[in-house]
Amino acid sequence: MLAMNYRGPLRVRIDQKPMPEIEHPEDAIVRVTRSCICGSDLHLYNGLVPDTRVGSTFGHEFVGVVEEVGSEVRKLKVGDNVLVPFNIACGKCAFCKQELYGNCHESNPEATAVGGIFGYSHTAGGYAGGQAEYVRVPYADVGPTVIPPGMDPDDAVLLTDVVPTGYQAAEMGGIQPGDTVVIFGAGPIGIMAAKCSWLFGAGRVIIIDQVEYRLEFAKNYAQCEAYDFRSMDDPVVFVKKTTDWMGADVCIDAVGADAAGNAMQTITGRKLMLQAGSATALHWAINSVKKGGIVSIVGVYGPTDNLVPIGNVVNKGITIRANQASVKRLLPKLIDHVQNGRIDPKGMITHWVPLEEVSDAYRIFSDKLDNCIKTVLIPPSART
Amino acid sequence: MKNLEKNYSHIKGWGIDADPKNDPTYPIKLRTDEAQKGYHWERPTQQPITTEILHSNERPNVTAVFGTPLPPKGLSGKIRRYAFQFSENSYGHWLPLLLADRVDEIEGVIDDLRQGHVPNFFAERGWKAQFKHNPKAIATKVAVGALLVTAVVAYLRRSK
Repeated sequence: MLAMNYRGPLRVRIDQKPMPEIEHPEDAIVRVTRSCICGSDLHLYNGLVPDTRVGSTFGHEFVGVVEEVGSEVRKLKVGDNVLVPFNIACGKCAFCKQELYGNCHESNPEATAVGGIFGYSHTAGGYAGGQAEYVRVPYADVGPTVIPPGMDPDDAVLLTDVVPTGYQAAEMGGIQPGDTVVIFGAGPIGIMAAKCSWLFGAGRVIIIDQVEYRLEFAKNYAQCEAYDFRSMDDPVVFVKKTTDWMGADVCIDAVGADAAGNAMQTITGRKLMLQAGSATALHWAINSVKKGGIVSIVGVYGPTDNLVPIGNVVNKGITIRANQASVKRLLPKLIDHVQNGRIDPKGMITHWVPLEEVSDAYRIFSDKLDNCIKTVLIPPSART
Repeated sequence: MKNLEKNYSHIKGWGIDADPKNDPTYPIKLRTDEAQKGYHWERPTQQPITTEILHSNERPNVTAVFGTPLPPKGLSGKIRRYAFQFSENSYGHWLPLLLADRVDEIEGVIDDLRQGHVPNFFAERGWKAQFKHNPKAIATKVAVGALLVTAVVAYLRRSK
């Protein structure tokens, strides 16, 4: 089968790889019809996530058709059209029981902080991802969800990560009606967080980034205010000033390890990798939020050490909430929002690219070329 | 909230998920007797361990399922095995893993050549797309590269 093949930082290609097989009685094999490149794939692409082995196939956002099921799979059947949450969750452990599906304790032997994730390095379990023609899906009765009849596959594929992560970013902000929400990062997740903040009753939604076309897109898609931090002397002072010198009620870090905007963070976090990525967005979030406010983090950072202004967290009495999205928990609500037109996921897709052109697709997304917001990869078998 | 709704009537679904009880302490801890017993859940069937799986020393076992396509191998594999002696709390774990990734990159090129495949760095880096959408960046890279090569050649000639 064709699959994306990681060869080292900034180098990926398409290759023939062995077909995945059932390795556990609760496995399924899914034929991929759509997969995406996610902003967090860029952390892998840039070589920032430890134990990303050469030969890996990335891709944790995908939908497809069930081709084969293991002997203990009861709910899914061959031919089902499914969307597959990016978290691999057993549904039985103490954390899954709390609906913390992103923190499953039976899917990632290599690390205890995070559960298994498709195509996201051995630090997230060593699973092959969905930027391929076929993928092995463990715990097939837990995560995979049959796509409702009539739902556009382009909507469905964004329900595997982008929509739930953006939604949970807003949810973790504890937004109360009328609150001012500031989001750092106008990538797909940041834009979705802005969109979802309104569903929680935000009174004002502001997004901050440095890429003009993304800001323009965010302004139209999420009906929010959008600002370029390069035009500001200091983004924190800007937020204070625009909130009558109080600070935002809620700040969301939707960037993570690849954040630009601070030379020291760029050198120590992204270039020398002396900390778990550049923590610029996190600094801005902590320092821009109101005293007693909430900082919500969905930006991905590597392990282990980060130079964060923890003193300010204490002094300001900030609540910090952060996690990988608990996709399965959120899906029923989000499917309803999509079906009722409150969220239009496919409206974010700007590029549909044949899987065979994965190298160029990564370059376009990574370098923000051709006004790219979100890229969908389509395997040859799904194009006929 | 009713007054606010009027202000946001242009946004479909405004406030539909507003919940004054959206408590920052979510998820509420499950305070059951069972939960106090640690590994109390009925574990899923264990996936057969037919390949080398490295597991964190912060857990006593291998998880019920895991990925198998790329077991550790070569020098990078040796470094990875060393890294797993240390916990996720330690630089001793993460820095060797990053080093192993860089070694693995070189081993990958050697593997390609062994199999008679010369890696096409131009294509793998997606330069075709960059040339199409941002030729200036390619031109800058080529110019910087040419300058560096010229400088090195000039230095070497001078040294002789």
